[in-house]
Amino acid sequence: MDHHHKRERHHKWQQDEMLPGYGTTRREFIGQITAAGAAVTIAPMLNTAPVNKEKDNGDSIEIHLQVNGVHMTIKADPRITLLDALREKLSLTGTKKGCDHGQCGACTVLADGRRINSCLSLAVLYDKAEITTVEGLAKGGALHPMQKAFIDHDAFQCGYCTPGQICSAVGLINEGYARTDEEIRESMSGNICRCGAYQHILDAIKAVQSTNR
Amino acid sequence: MQPFTFTRATDTQSAIETAAGRTDIKFIGGGTNLVDLMKMHVETPSKLIDINPLPLRQIEWSPTGGLHIGALVRNSDLALHPDVIAHYPVLSEALLSGASPQLRNMATVGGNLLQRTRCPYFYDKAFNCNKRDPESGCAAMNGYNRSHAILGGSNKCIATHPSDMCVALVALDAIILTRGINGERSIPIASFYLEPGQTPQKENVLYPGELITDVQLPVSPFARRSHYRKVRDRTSYEFALASAAVALEMDGERIRSARVALGGVGTRPWRAYAAEKILTGAILDDHTFEVAAQAALLGASPHADNAFKIELARRTLVDTLQHLLAG
Repeated sequence: MDHHHKRERHHKWQQDEMLPGYGTTRREFIGQITAAGAAVTIAPMLNTAPVNKEKDNGDSIEIHLQVNGVHMTIKADPRITLLDALREKLSLTGTKKGCDHGQCGACTVLADGRRINSCLSLAVLYDKAEITTVEGLAKGGALHPMQKAFIDHDAFQCGYCTPGQICSAVGLINEGYARTDEEIRESMSGNICRCGAYQHILDAIKAVQSTNR
Repeated sequence: MQPFTFTRATDTQSAIETAAGRTDIKFIGGGTNLVDLMKMHVETPSKLIDINPLPLRQIEWSPTGGLHIGALVRNSDLALHPDVIAHYPVLSEALLSGASPQLRNMATVGGNLLQRTRCPYFYDKAFNCNKRDPESGCAAMNGYNRSHAILGGSNKCIATHPSDMCVALVALDAIILTRGINGERSIPIASFYLEPGQTPQKENVLYPGELITDVQLPVSPFARRSHYRKVRDRTSYEFALASAAVALEMDGERIRSARVALGGVGTRPWRAYAAEKILTGAILDDHTFEVAAQAALLGASPHADNAFKIELARRTLVDTLQHLLAG
């Protein structure tokens, strides 16, 4: 992402922020975007995110994906990453594009319950997997315990890394290895939070772990 | 990313027949490094063959002894396998020190073996790089070379080999099994990687289209007493500035045999034969460690920004040996 895009996105954010934010407390607003994965409220600002600059060689293949329990078929270029397929083809914009090079973790989703970086995953390699994005964590209108813990512990500021943090934290719980503070921090090191909410993210994960015990 | 055609392998034989002799065809496993390089236009294959359907995911004891690991085993599955933790701890520790849980869930053993350097000039096509574009020059040589190699470099390339896993595999005398149109090969890891010399684009002894199918870890008297230590700029999720993999077989106070490998400092996973020679037959004490570590770095050739790595690697190796003494 170049500086131009960053500036443009920042500008749009300031415009859009007024709408959902009005008459809503910050915590309620964050609760909404955590649950909805920001699908509705802040989607417009993300339309400027660059995908592929090269000329498309056509939607030449069919890719079958199982996402959040729903089977979907897309026609796409084989180059499409799972991240771009989710966001651009399936309009599941809860999963975020950060660095697009596997260095920040914003794009983390679960494939068969295991956390992966969707930005470095070719979508066509995941046609047999059950993909879970942040949109698929809540069940029957109730937040996933990890989503609720993130709200309860104020485990974010800007919220951009949050869908990836939450999916990664769910993956950590599924793995069941990280127990101590040090182990949890190490195990969450693939998710960068530029606001520096790490302590509260740690608290949220420990809260879910203690409930599970 | 350059456009490519995509096919899915149905069996190993047809996959290697399709790829035989072709440098423009790539096998894809986890894709963590390849897709990244394709995004950067450093890798521009015309065709990808998805090898994930191939039956190369087993971790099992082979009838001849030793652990047999399929090339498609994910890094996380290998690191956390009870037999690896119990019998080859250095390998588990090295794997867990690399990348992030997300990447380890994706990355395969075969892909890790073929991981490309993280030299920033290799990644950035605005700069010259002999490894990426042969004979174009090396921007690292007189550039910012803090992360670069002090061992095994040439006047064409000083790119560091980035893998942690491979350093452990060198200390374990791993054997890489391959299959190509001319048959199967068993390649000891010590002779798998090439130093850059005058052809830094050629990094290993694989033929174009040859497929890594398995890795074998021999039964060894030293593997169980082994340790990996990694030093880097951040606590986690960063490549090594220096690392050491050490395995020792003891006979009372005396070292019967030793394996020493260094990471983060070499153009390939670096086997420190000179250090092994000093350790073999010696008494396990601090003086021996110091002498061995000095020997390991004897041939080091620093550049403007990375002379600190000599002392860092030396201390990292001493620290690793001391850990094994304590354990």
